[in-house]
Amino acid sequence: MDLHAKRKLTNKVALVLSLIAMAFGLFWLVWILWTTLQLGVSGLSVSLFTQMTPAPGSPGGLANAIVGSLIMVSLATVIGTPFGILAAVYLTEYGQHSWLGSTTQFINDILLSAPSIVIGLFVYAVYVAQVGNFSGFAGVLALALIVIPVVLRTSSDMLRLVPNSLREAAYALGAPKWKVITMIALRASRAGIITGVLLAVARIAGETAPLLFTALSNQFWSTDITEPMANLPVTIFKFAMSPFTDWQQLAWAGVFIITMGVLALNIAARILFKNRI
Amino acid sequence: MRKKSKLGDILFFNATRIFAVMTLLLLGGIIISLVVASWPSIQKFGLAFLWTSEWNPPAENFGALVPIYGTIMTSLIALIIAVPVSFGIALFLTELSPIWLRRPLGTAIELLAAIPSIVYGMWGLLVFVPIFSKYVQPFLSATVGKLPGLGALVAGPPIGIGLLCAGIILAIMIIPFIAAVMRDVFEVTPPMLKESAYGLGATTWEVVWNVVWPYTKVGVVGGIMLGLGRALGETMAVTFVIGNTNFLDSVSLYAPGNSITSALANEFAEASPGLHAAALMELGLILFFITFVVLAFSKVLLARLARGEGSKT
Repeated sequence: MDLHAKRKLTNKVALVLSLIAMAFGLFWLVWILWTTLQLGVSGLSVSLFTQMTPAPGSPGGLANAIVGSLIMVSLATVIGTPFGILAAVYLTEYGQHSWLGSTTQFINDILLSAPSIVIGLFVYAVYVAQVGNFSGFAGVLALALIVIPVVLRTSSDMLRLVPNSLREAAYALGAPKWKVITMIALRASRAGIITGVLLAVARIAGETAPLLFTALSNQFWSTDITEPMANLPVTIFKFAMSPFTDWQQLAWAGVFIITMGVLALNIAARILFKNRI
Repeated sequence: MRKKSKLGDILFFNATRIFAVMTLLLLGGIIISLVVASWPSIQKFGLAFLWTSEWNPPAENFGALVPIYGTIMTSLIALIIAVPVSFGIALFLTELSPIWLRRPLGTAIELLAAIPSIVYGMWGLLVFVPIFSKYVQPFLSATVGKLPGLGALVAGPPIGIGLLCAGIILAIMIIPFIAAVMRDVFEVTPPMLKESAYGLGATTWEVVWNVVWPYTKVGVVGGIMLGLGRALGETMAVTFVIGNTNFLDSVSLYAPGNSITSALANEFAEASPGLHAAALMELGLILFFITFVVLAFSKVLLARLARGEGSKT
């Protein structure tokens, strides 16, 4: 075979393999989404949102788990977001050339991908073990610690996109630095920061590992955050691992709710970001 | 008026600095609290903890070999499957796909990376495992099992759950991650370089292999490390399908086992305070240490690619 034909053949083989790789990747993901959709939709009903998690064999829903998850995710977002934004302001507006700034940026990038189960262990060691019982608040703390790096990363990326001429224009009018930051830089990057918060919410909505030994779970209705609190991910884990088909059915419905929520948040974040920047 | 805004400046500066410092302290806090909580176990078992395989809560005898082996083995299987596939996907998305398809396919990959891992785990246990044990495992035993050397890897009864299954589910989960990073990295290559090669008559594959890959090598390895970090620390996708047993007496990948994360997920909430909890904490510490090193390495590599991009164009 001459060189030309050989080169062409190598190229063909490589491109076909790449096509197969793409198909292979999509195949699994389509399969997983399809199963979730199929089994999840058939598990949807009104009682899912109105009844408590049942004992095996009796009818029930996921109301307490859904409400518990909503409470914990919103509280964690409320705690984690200002923390992340303020730290990001320091990194981009004050400390971009300092030792503290660059080290924090590096450490934050590592925290961003650190195993979430370790965050759960940390909260257990510093909070649950000291207080003496599992509680919804411990779960909130663990989730907030996951929100912080996500918000910090996106906010600092967005603040860096704000053109310096905007800041200089404000300085020229005599504005002090804190006003320039809060009223110019942060306002200009608002859409990007909100995008980051949405992505953070999507990230913690499905987090299971950090809740296993912080919020634990609760079979009953409870909105008291000093007590163990029901939540969707841990309930799904418990129900899916069980041998009871009615529990597994509920788990599929729960997985469907979480998946759709996470996908909707991600799509919303994308649309918002595209329209505003 | 003047004074007031000065005060505002000082307050705001210090407020933001405190939060930046707190982020930094968070890392220190995690390490210190894990060391303190696992101290009884560190003191009692010492370094031998790392290569002892006995895990016996009633007798209070703990060794981390089985979970460490499980974590490394499943991540390795995941990488062996996911890296070539991700490379192919990234290649498809940057060079091969028609322009109009690139954005939707790229977005689909990114969205799939956002799906919570519990979905992968549950799907793995309830849908994948039955098919895997009925068709795939007997097939592997009948083909790979006949090969000398490799046969031992696929020996044993095809029960579905086990190290191999956990590795495959992990692979499916990290493919979108690695593919998304690789695609971003490939796109860093200056079009000028690629066009020059095409101008000289290079084929698409030759451009990728001789221009894009050498230019982005550091970043590609960084992306793989990022995926490895994910795989090592992943809890739910593994816990569902690894089998959760601390006995491991063969090299077979069909054997059920345990990973650091699955041991924590299953045992920690029920562990009696004392040596058992401390040993589990030490497992967490080991995991944090391994992933920290892997992720730091990945960040350094990716940062080096980004720097090179500035100086070369």
